[in-house]
Amino acid sequence: MAQPSDRFYTKEHEWVKIDGKNAIVGITDYAQSSLGDIVYVELPKPGAALERSKPIGVVESVKAVSDIYAPVAGTVTEINAAVEDDPAKVNGDPFGDGWLVKLSGVDAADTTGLLDAAAYEELVKSL
Amino acid sequence: MLTKPRETALYQAHLRLGAKMSPFGGFLMPIVYSSILEEHDAVRHAVGLFDLSHMAQFVASGDAVAAWLDGLSANEVASMRPNQARYNIFTNTAGGAHDDVIVYRLDGRWLIVANAANTAKVWELLRSSQPPGVRLEDRTAHSALLALQGPKAVALLQTLVDANLSKIRYYYAADAAVAGVRAEIARTGYTGEDGFEVFVPASAAMQLWERLLVDGRPFGLRPAGLGARDVLRLEAGMPLYGHELDEDITPLQAGLQWVVKFDKQFTGKAALEAQRTEDSYDRIAGLVMEGKAPARAGYAVRMDGEPAGEIRSGSPAPALGGKNVATALVRKAAATPGTRLEVEIRGKYHPATVVPMPFYKRPK
Repeated sequence: MAQPSDRFYTKEHEWVKIDGKNAIVGITDYAQSSLGDIVYVELPKPGAALERSKPIGVVESVKAVSDIYAPVAGTVTEINAAVEDDPAKVNGDPFGDGWLVKLSGVDAADTTGLLDAAAYEELVKSL
Repeated sequence: MLTKPRETALYQAHLRLGAKMSPFGGFLMPIVYSSILEEHDAVRHAVGLFDLSHMAQFVASGDAVAAWLDGLSANEVASMRPNQARYNIFTNTAGGAHDDVIVYRLDGRWLIVANAANTAKVWELLRSSQPPGVRLEDRTAHSALLALQGPKAVALLQTLVDANLSKIRYYYAADAAVAGVRAEIARTGYTGEDGFEVFVPASAAMQLWERLLVDGRPFGLRPAGLGARDVLRLEAGMPLYGHELDEDITPLQAGLQWVVKFDKQFTGKAALEAQRTEDSYDRIAGLVMEGKAPARAGYAVRMDGEPAGEIRSGSPAPALGGKNVATALVRKAAATPGTRLEVEIRGKYHPATVVPMPFYKRPK
């Protein structure tokens, strides 16, 4: 699957779509495919202040537990309740309906450590 | 000891099917082909096909085999009937388990199927105690093991064998030709479903595997990996060596009282008698989690705010509507069905209830 070019990526396989001071975060198609059937997601509470690269939750498949890391710093404004109820949505549409958290207070200029779609595609191909 | 993982005779078939391969017990094994949940579903409702060629296969023959194995193991061997299979445990002097195995009494020989991870240990145990007149062979490298498990397994296999499978009862075996391949077939398994395990020469394994994939289509057959197998066995309350049973966890602690025959002599019997008499040992309990967070091996368990033990296996159980189930090794007082416990998951305590095992029983 091609990586959407409207967002950034981390080496830990999260994506972040930044729009001004707001951002949406999820895990990539590669991440969901590697994990397999996702059965549980644990997300931060709305209002939580996230630090870049710090663990903010977990995604669990039948056999595996995987941390989610914050691609950027920001404050959680919303979590995807539909994914908490039906974690398989992350498998079904990781870049869309399977998003995990929305953030505010994001510094759009600071993309330190993030990969663009082409760089992330290269990373995935090397794995 | 680090050695390159071996490949089973079906390795190329797994690659062709797009399996995720991982080292397991010294072999590169298929963990999942497409989806653990879909493979689990096929086994519970249709039929799953497993490659279990990583498991150790030891063949012993000679008049003294039964008496010898009886001395090494908790369950009875000498009383086995021709073509019977029996679950057994090789015990250490403290009553712990070297391994759990299935012993098959076949025509003129005994087959011992051991866990892949314990191949070297069991071989050493057998070699070091082998009596005069007993011949012993490790045929693992030359013999493949395929399993057909699920409510359609018997019907599918019946289309490929001459023998009448309805005459082979649960935990019995027979020599048979399967699609023209010389085989030993046994009505055994590790999923909680009906089905057969099929031993064939490694050289014939690929041909049989491909045939089963094709002929299995109308039966809803899917290849199933070790990921699904672990979920299936946990639902069915079957122990996994290294989790519910190991050198330090005895069969009594694992809830396998029925396996231990105190009216014969065997390694570790005295220790197990003492443990049975004292009855204060930690034991394996079945847990159902109340919340959505899965319990995983190693998580701490507490009762009334006090440490009570730890999770040994844990998984969502699709057969229970996705509820999270687990086994835990806990204090005796915490093991009674109905007891409320808490499992520590990432620093938070999640409620769980002790339930009788198995979690899942197949409909009759």
